[in-house]
Amino acid sequence: MNLRRKTKTDLIGLVACILVYATVQSLILADVIGPFWQLNIVLIGINIILAVSLNLINGFTGQFSIGHAGFMAVGAYMSAVLTVKLQLPFIVAILGGALGAGLLGFAIGLPTLRLNGDYLAIATLGLGEIIRICILNIPYVGGASGFMGIPRYTDFTWVFGLVVFTVFAIKNFIDSTHGRACISIRENEIAAEAMGVDTTKYKVLAFTLGAAFAGVAGSLFSHYFYIAHPASFTFMKSFDILTMVVLGGLGSISGSITAAVLLTFVSAALASYPEWRMIIYSLMLIILMLYRPQGLFGNKELSLKMLGRLTGGKKHDSTQGN
Amino acid sequence: MDSSSLIVQFGQQLINGISLGSIYALIALGYTMVYGIIRLINFAHGDIYMVGAYAGYFATSVFKFSFVPALLFSMATAAILGMTIEKVAYRPLRSAPKIAILIAAIGVSLFLEYSGMLLVSPQPRTFPAVFNAEIYNVGGLIINSQQVVILVVSLLLMVILTYVVQQTKMGKAMRAVSFDTDAARLMGIDVDRVISFTFGVGSALAAAAGVLVGIYYNSIDPLMGIMPGLKAFVAAVLGGIGSIPGAMLGGTMLGVIEALVSGFWSSTFRDAVAFGILIIILLWRPTGLLGKNIREKV
Repeated sequence: MNLRRKTKTDLIGLVACILVYATVQSLILADVIGPFWQLNIVLIGINIILAVSLNLINGFTGQFSIGHAGFMAVGAYMSAVLTVKLQLPFIVAILGGALGAGLLGFAIGLPTLRLNGDYLAIATLGLGEIIRICILNIPYVGGASGFMGIPRYTDFTWVFGLVVFTVFAIKNFIDSTHGRACISIRENEIAAEAMGVDTTKYKVLAFTLGAAFAGVAGSLFSHYFYIAHPASFTFMKSFDILTMVVLGGLGSISGSITAAVLLTFVSAALASYPEWRMIIYSLMLIILMLYRPQGLFGNKELSLKMLGRLTGGKKHDSTQGN
Repeated sequence: MDSSSLIVQFGQQLINGISLGSIYALIALGYTMVYGIIRLINFAHGDIYMVGAYAGYFATSVFKFSFVPALLFSMATAAILGMTIEKVAYRPLRSAPKIAILIAAIGVSLFLEYSGMLLVSPQPRTFPAVFNAEIYNVGGLIINSQQVVILVVSLLLMVILTYVVQQTKMGKAMRAVSFDTDAARLMGIDVDRVISFTFGVGSALAAAAGVLVGIYYNSIDPLMGIMPGLKAFVAAVLGGIGSIPGAMLGGTMLGVIEALVSGFWSSTFRDAVAFGILIIILLWRPTGLLGKNIREKV
């Protein structure tokens, strides 16, 4: 019974994915969606991957990391080296980017995850900056002027496919035994330890996985914008991702997706008012935190049942139109 | 480079480092006090330092104030700003999850930076020269009058702060709230007022640092607060967050290390070294050099 219901929701999800993909792809092919919105759709996809992967670390495992942009940078540069310098195909570059970022996440996570709370936050912030400054000082990848001449391999199909893969992979991870262990660490680390959960192992596992997916997002990023530049991966980018995670709700994958879509749309819609854009954005952040500190969805997932209760659709959809 | 010039070079970097470090220490004091009381990493603190620098700039260039009134004006402006931010953005979130208040702080920080850009234009401005820059040559080491002023002003402010925290009634209340907020409230301390006061004092110190930096580097811009803000936080953690002598020690150490790194190695690695030290300190002594070790209880 339970299994059948699960298969049914999975099937609905699959059909929905195919429908969304087919609609958007045909709109792009028919030139209904111009280059500006195409760019934003790609950005939304990259942001979804980043937000969902950071949510695995921050939301589900409860480890407060704010250096995600560093792992994204590693993925971006690693994949660019693979395609430009070594002439390897894009898929290998993505895997390489994920592997590089994941390995670095593992190497960094092992010692730093002994810290907790604010100390971990500051350490990861510092690590993100160290990664960026080190890249800045490597002439092989262009140093301060950035890595130029990266071919544009990323298109909507790649982004969509990898977003779906990321969401399914992380969702399945969370629903597995390992994911439960991660959630138990979030709820109470000492109690989890006492119940026999190997907290170090699971913290490092979640951190490594999150970093690897950030690497995937980085690969997509550099292969869309022709360039990987150290200035794109500052701690402001990390804050951007963190904002999406918190806004959507810590521990809610659908929340992260909604917030990534919403925030990318808001910044795109405000693009014509460059002076006011960041002011409105920052005020929105403050007001949202004041009135909904637990994020849009809390730690709940958006489901068909929840949609049925909110007749008339989601309220925030109206802001996306303009 | 022979050994005598190496020593001179070392001494010179030490002097530059100490004056830079005392600025970090002033900013770090605000971080450490706020963190000690409400456990919040106030990301907007670096931007209050920026606002302080601009207040000092307008006080000297528009109102034609001399140095001390301009410094006091800037400190007062920042204190009011800090208390307002606390009241509007942080106080309503005091019982919310910690991450929400952190995001609010990031929001306030962005708001200050970009309103600054809108109001005073993103271009850097030249800070008016409030002193005649004199250069003293002490045994081959070059010290300029700005460095002397920075040191004197920051030392004076630190002494005043230590007096306030150690000797006054408000200082006692601050220490009590930081030790145990609930117990302090039960003992009749107006916790909100104490927190507001802490924000005011911390912001005033940051503003003083902003004015001093304006005098030292002659240039201010709306995004100037980001890096020093982070560095000052590193300094606070380095010394042991929540500890006032720790913030002073951490700030000075960080300044000296940075000056030595940029003098002897490469200035591009300066920030990386600062964060590297932070991580090493955190792993080796998570509560900082002067911090107390608190065992976690269930």
